[in-house]
Amino acid sequence: MSDLVKKNERKFNLGDFVLDNIVTIIFWVFIILGLALAKSVTFNWFLTELSNRFYRNAFLVLSLIIPVIAGLGLNFGIVVGAIAGQLAIILIRYYYIGGFGGFLLCMLIALPIAALFGWLTGTLYNKTRGQEMIASLIVGYFGTGIYMFIVLFLIGGVIPVQPDHPIILPGGMGIRMTVDMDTIKYALEGIWQIPFATFMIVASALVILYLAWNQYIRKLKPGQTRLSNFKFALYAAIAVAILAVFAYQSATKGRLTMVRKVPMGTVIMIVLLAIFTKWIMTTKLGQDFRACGQNQYIAESNGINVDRTRIIATVISTVLAAWGQIIYIQNIGTLNVYTAHNQIGLFSVAAILVGGASVNKATVSQAIMGTLLFHSMFILSPEIGQAVFGQAILGEYFRTFMVYGVIGLSLGLYVWKANKQSKLTLEPRVAENARDQVINSGTTR
Amino acid sequence: MGKLIRRMGIPTFAVSALLLVVLVAAYAMGQSIPVLFTDILRRVGMNGILVLAMVPAIKSGVGPNFALPIGIVGGLFALMCCMQLDLMGWNLIGCSILLAIIICGLMGWAYGKLMNAVKGAEMTIATYTGFSIVAFFNILWLSLPFSNRKMGWMLGDGLRETIQMDGFAADKIVSNFLSFNIGEVTIPTGMILLLLLTCFVVSVFFKTKTGLAIYAGGVNPKFAEAAGLNIDRSRVIANIISTVLAGIGIIIYSQGYGYAQIYNGPLNMAFPAVAAVLIGGATATKASCVNVVVGVCIFQGLMTAAMPVANALFTGTDLSDIMRQVIQNGVILYALTQVKKGGDR
Amino acid sequence: MDVRPGEIHALIGENGAGKSTLMNILFGMPVIHETGGFEGTVEIDGEDAHIMTPHDAMEKGIGMVHQEFMLIPGFTITENIKLNREITKPTALSKIFGKRLQELEMDKMNADARKALDTMEMDIAEYTMVHGLPVGHMQFVEIAREIDKTGIRYLVFDEPTAVLTETETANLLAAIRRLAAQGIGIVFISHRLEEIISLSDRVTILRDGELVTTKDTKDITAAEIARLMVGRALALDRNESGRKVSDEVMLDVQHLRVNMPGERVQDVSFKVHKGEIVGIGGLAGQGKLGIANGIMGLYPADGRIVFKGKELRLNNTKDALKSDIAFVSEDRKGVGLLLNSPIDLNIAFTAMETEGKFLKKYGPIKLADKKGIRAHADKMIKDLDIRCTSAAQNTGALSGGNQQKVCVARALTQQPELLLVSEPTRGIDIGAKKLILDLLKSLAEEQGMTIVMTSSELAELRSICDRVLIICEGRVAGELKPEASDEEYGLMMSSAHVSKEKEA
Repeated sequence: MSDLVKKNERKFNLGDFVLDNIVTIIFWVFIILGLALAKSVTFNWFLTELSNRFYRNAFLVLSLIIPVIAGLGLNFGIVVGAIAGQLAIILIRYYYIGGFGGFLLCMLIALPIAALFGWLTGTLYNKTRGQEMIASLIVGYFGTGIYMFIVLFLIGGVIPVQPDHPIILPGGMGIRMTVDMDTIKYALEGIWQIPFATFMIVASALVILYLAWNQYIRKLKPGQTRLSNFKFALYAAIAVAILAVFAYQSATKGRLTMVRKVPMGTVIMIVLLAIFTKWIMTTKLGQDFRACGQNQYIAESNGINVDRTRIIATVISTVLAAWGQIIYIQNIGTLNVYTAHNQIGLFSVAAILVGGASVNKATVSQAIMGTLLFHSMFILSPEIGQAVFGQAILGEYFRTFMVYGVIGLSLGLYVWKANKQSKLTLEPRVAENARDQVINSGTTR
Repeated sequence: MGKLIRRMGIPTFAVSALLLVVLVAAYAMGQSIPVLFTDILRRVGMNGILVLAMVPAIKSGVGPNFALPIGIVGGLFALMCCMQLDLMGWNLIGCSILLAIIICGLMGWAYGKLMNAVKGAEMTIATYTGFSIVAFFNILWLSLPFSNRKMGWMLGDGLRETIQMDGFAADKIVSNFLSFNIGEVTIPTGMILLLLLTCFVVSVFFKTKTGLAIYAGGVNPKFAEAAGLNIDRSRVIANIISTVLAGIGIIIYSQGYGYAQIYNGPLNMAFPAVAAVLIGGATATKASCVNVVVGVCIFQGLMTAAMPVANALFTGTDLSDIMRQVIQNGVILYALTQVKKGGDR
Repeated sequence: MDVRPGEIHALIGENGAGKSTLMNILFGMPVIHETGGFEGTVEIDGEDAHIMTPHDAMEKGIGMVHQEFMLIPGFTITENIKLNREITKPTALSKIFGKRLQELEMDKMNADARKALDTMEMDIAEYTMVHGLPVGHMQFVEIAREIDKTGIRYLVFDEPTAVLTETETANLLAAIRRLAAQGIGIVFISHRLEEIISLSDRVTILRDGELVTTKDTKDITAAEIARLMVGRALALDRNESGRKVSDEVMLDVQHLRVNMPGERVQDVSFKVHKGEIVGIGGLAGQGKLGIANGIMGLYPADGRIVFKGKELRLNNTKDALKSDIAFVSEDRKGVGLLLNSPIDLNIAFTAMETEGKFLKKYGPIKLADKKGIRAHADKMIKDLDIRCTSAAQNTGALSGGNQQKVCVARALTQQPELLLVSEPTRGIDIGAKKLILDLLKSLAEEQGMTIVMTSSELAELRSICDRVLIICEGRVAGELKPEASDEEYGLMMSSAHVSKEKEA
């Protein structure tokens, strides 16, 4: 019995480890090099930039997890969700609704629009089985076309609007290129902010408590998910180090206290979504997501309605993306009506892949880690271009290359590995009796 | 009626019906029909070969070549090299086509190998490979030591975003070759001839032993295997041809347009080409040169005719571009719903 | 047919005897109603049970252990046992959005799974991943899932031992006996006679969709079962003819091993003489189809093949074709034809690609010779009597028999010395069957062609072959004369011989 379990656990192999995590490793190397090379980048500026981008994007990246688990792959179609969010924003800006109440109303309005879009795209994915990812990319472009038609022509052209409204183009038809968010800006973030150092101290203390609890339950119950010794030691060490650094910094009023304050509203939203994603996997619905993701045929023959389950996954993802986009826009402060949603799918997918996710597996921690790594690269790239080549634009081109390259490389490696596994080969000749003995060493009483 | 739609295919029928409506509207609004047709022919000639690049890829079973930017970038690179040497006129066009065949041949070979490694997800990976190559070449355009003054910025290093062809005496040089007028319609004979010639070469190729092997491997890989064929090799050959056609296509496109657009110009050029061949009646698994000619005429015809009509309806807006986006991507989505899962895997 | 509680009832029959259909009826599989329904009744406890859907079957307490595992590899044993029957408890959100947002109660599920596993006396942790378990264990997990369904009363096993090793089989049979002892009625479908003899209480034999007999197992011998299973009037008469078989060995297959999914060949050796028609028979899934596919290099193979005194390179289709071996595949529509292409291209294709026939030079380039291809196709159409409008008709529009003739025509175009034909009469009507068989026979008799014919239909093998090899569990179970008795054929196909050899 114990032999059997050991055989199932893979031995650590450096080559496989590098291949499995190639994208993550490339990013770590790049960021470490970047921080060393770009001398003009101060650490507190870097943290300010990074944390700000994190608050902006993490929600969107998290919205990708459920479709991956349900077997739909990476949903580039969250662009459609972002469009729903923007339509809701335009609506409340038209009626001058602002503040936190306006923000909540905006989320509420976006909900049915995004759900409808999600249902439509989900139905489409069911009809393009096996090609969901390319379909999701194209559906983003298609949706953009329709959206442009709505905001440029229907508004003012068919739907009557006040022609002299500040968000309407001078001709009385269509929305302006950029719409100022007015009091929607920081509607969520402005509510409650705490200093970065304080936040880090509290957060790392919580992590330490969680690790202790995890150590405790592993003794109680077998078979529960728990951390390996190595991971436990690693996480504990990082948490203690962070705690120490920030405690020292805030005591001495060091440079790191200059980092932008933490908008707790956004952080709470992100944490809630993380908890929701984890929680839904413990429900019947989550179990069905996993079953469909692993094998649609077996799930269907056990009576699970696969089509419906996949549509639900898409709807959830799309709604979350709409809300994520609203959070994104309230952080930026202006809505670029015709372009804000375009890159959302691309950047979010690249981020989650950098965190180590792939076409068929994604976790909350991969999304969080990926968002941090990806945006570190994003911040550093132009700085490196400037520092090393004297051209910031070179860094910008390089980061575009990284975005596309990451997606291409991760997806390519995934398919390549899957194809290699499914290829028919002859296993070496083994004497039948020998095989029998290995398999049956003490399995049935 | 229903039978007609089924024979033509829904996309072909719908888009050509729309074209008819737009043409009637253009006429009714007093647009000059000869000018319109001159324009349509010009754009058909410019885009034809790029669309033709879809045929070998689809026939070989790889599916529409969403990695068209690879060949386009290769062709542009060849063009830039010849411009750097300050070649003029026909020399420029001829040499860059020859160079493009070599460069794109190599790129297509590598790309074909990649496609063999990722069977089953070719379209998605191809799209991102294409995007990555464009981004990678952005870095090269900026940092390679091109020094011809006609290609650089006024200030600073690197190539310009758009490079004028008339600086090299190559503006519309192929289009104007043997061109003549029928009434007020100008026929860009050179481009049309070249398109028909490449179409002919491609269809002859598919009558050779190798061509038939590629075709069989595409429609029924198991059949081809049982006939002793190396399908992977066929797919690589098909991708090389497709990439080379894209390289030649962009050179012809650039001279017809009057400018060579580098940097992000090629980024989204695959989608209209895919849409055009689909509108011509191809599917993700079946395509012919007829589909190319029909598709490019309908699609470019619609785009050309819609512009003045849309502008007259809504002044100063970009309705025709939005229409292009909706039609182009709608047609691709429709084709994706028709892809049956399975086949060889 | 009736099954009593606590009884192990064996069901045996050749392919196509109606075993699967019977079981599909029992489970109310939709395919039955889609294809015409059934007559007669299924009664449980003397009451007419209207089983219309798999769900009905489940409610009536009928469970089935499938031949292919319906397990999700990335799930634990518990999750698989409880797949779509999870135990849940309501949550705040589930009250608003419905049942699917109820939380899983993993503890209770684990406990249930444990109980089911204990019934099987299986001591593997219920939270182990199914991925990486040996097949024997997966089978047990499947059974545990059926046991866990409340009120299971009848359990059907469809060829459960086909994929197991000997020790695993012994464990499984012991487990089945235990289940029967607990009062569950067992239907056991198998082709292995000795398992049936040792395990079952009663045995039912099906043949051609009809029940031949039901007997207590102790009153019947293996030989008798074998005879009843095969026995049928030969549909096709054999008329001996002057076929010249020389002593020259044309094909010598040594220790061939082929990994063809569902038709795995473990270790096969045989010789074929020039001018012979050799038949390869056996039940489905035993590996008979893998042999020809392996020789042609269509699936990974190893071993040694000597053809006409020269060693044939394995895993190389081109080499096999160039050595003048032609192959007519069992999968006519999938492998045999380009359905959307005309007959003439289909016929000429292989010869053109491998031998460069039918090409015409136009300056530096060689193109397919349209006229030559058409002329050849017209000749073939006439010779083989292919019914079609013209050689330009697409093969997809032809009937099965004519499609098969196109496949044969393509093989003949290669002018082969050895012809491998697999399942030549599958899916074509009786009249066409006879035409195809006559064609093969005349090829051997008139042109001296050597033929290896693989078929599931014993009758047709016995009608035209000089000798028949029976393949069982990936090995040659033995060789029989066409005149050998039904009993001998039946025993050999049902692995009785294989195990005797093993014991010896």
